[in-house]
Amino acid sequence: MCVVCGCASPDPHHPHGHEHGHDTRHGHAHTHEHGHAHHDHAHEYATQPVGSVGAEHVAVNPATGDLHYGAGSARVSVPGMSQARAIKIEEDVLGANNRIAAQNRAHFASHGVVAYNLVSSPGSGKTTLLCATIEALKQRAPGRAVAVIEGDQQTSHDADRIRATGAPAIQINTGKGCHLDAPMVAEAFGRLDLHDHAHGHDHHHADEAGSHEPGARPPEAGRAPLGGRAAVTGSPGGPILFIENVGNLVCPALWDLGEAAKIAILSVTEGEDKPLKYPDMFAAARLMVLNKTDLLPHLDFDVAQCIDYARRVNPGIEVLLVSAKSGAGMDAWLDWLLQGPEDTATPSPTEAALRQRIAELEAKLAAAGLQG
Amino acid sequence: MHELSLAGGIVRVVEDAAAREGFARVSQLRLEAGALAGVDTRALRFALEASTPGTCLEGAEIVIEEPAGTAWCLRCAVSVPILARTDACPQCGGHQLQPTGGTELRVLDLIVHDDQTTGAATDAR
Repeated sequence: MCVVCGCASPDPHHPHGHEHGHDTRHGHAHTHEHGHAHHDHAHEYATQPVGSVGAEHVAVNPATGDLHYGAGSARVSVPGMSQARAIKIEEDVLGANNRIAAQNRAHFASHGVVAYNLVSSPGSGKTTLLCATIEALKQRAPGRAVAVIEGDQQTSHDADRIRATGAPAIQINTGKGCHLDAPMVAEAFGRLDLHDHAHGHDHHHADEAGSHEPGARPPEAGRAPLGGRAAVTGSPGGPILFIENVGNLVCPALWDLGEAAKIAILSVTEGEDKPLKYPDMFAAARLMVLNKTDLLPHLDFDVAQCIDYARRVNPGIEVLLVSAKSGAGMDAWLDWLLQGPEDTATPSPTEAALRQRIAELEAKLAAAGLQG
Repeated sequence: MHELSLAGGIVRVVEDAAAREGFARVSQLRLEAGALAGVDTRALRFALEASTPGTCLEGAEIVIEEPAGTAWCLRCAVSVPILARTDACPQCGGHQLQPTGGTELRVLDLIVHDDQTTGAATDAR
């Protein structure tokens, strides 16, 4: 039954056809009775009542100044009865995570850390590749600090393997969780030696407020610029932080951790069509590492086909062929890591920026076309 | 699987809105999950139904808008519709596509009530 007119319509929003003039008087009284403090809040925050000016369910005709109290979703205003209000939110579902990720990014930048988010299916050889990489970096870039955050549902096996190389590692067990999120990484990074070592600089520290609650902290002046490309890549010779995500080619694609780049690792035992089967992940990655290439002679894996598939979902993705076991391709991989994603990007930063700009302009054009 | 985390994020966004706007319950929640957003809308709906009891979203009608995917074809220099990230440009058959629309994942708006009880209109459904 409709609460407004008592008819049997199942739709609470059906029009009631009352005269506007009739509603005006009641509606006005109602607005003041139940107005609470919404009006003020609506100005403080980005949310605005839909289709109304000032009060929740009053529409003003800009030409005549006439007031329409039947513009609310109930189409009528009834004294003493709570009016349904429409509230515009327009908020990104991942906004809370993305705010922490931006803090992580600024935090990494303030420590000169370049962070890579390693994503793949379980068993692609991420941890073996990391151990081999840490050993190789000792030769190639001695003195360059390396640390690892390991994500798995259970066990600290992977962190133990990393610690055996001498590099500091923090294991995050997600329990039932299928991905790492930005608050987990913020917490883990605060516990790394890498982090302590670099401390004492005069920088604005995201941890010091003691809270990682999204939205708990308003944007502050004086903090390092968030999300800027210049801030993303660590300083030359700065520490490298590897974040080994939970083995999962689906969910980690959506969660920004504050990394400089996502690196998708695909082992050649998995089949060359993985990029097509899990397009979101390969679309989100800057680099695809084809691992276990020492096994290629024993497999039907078509490398060219795999690269073609990856570029179908991400025309700008870079590709490296690596065998953590034989060491083949390790030099190019170390080059990429040491230079940082900004310098090695095949689509140059300018080109990437231009593409981004084109995409933005195109989106604006499309939006303008729809409205006009 | 990550839809459950996303549902948690949605509940949080709505509860934050409830705290600042002072409403008691939501009768309709409208979301936008684009075709290229990496979200299974059926799983998201299921996850929301599982995670809203006891919150102001309990019993709310959930409307999920699914904007179609659009991409900018670098080769053709036009905006083209695509259904998935793996699609080719319908004009040139190439894959030099930059998604421009359909990646949205947002809470759009709510219809909210100041009273705690579920209205007769909702009961009649």
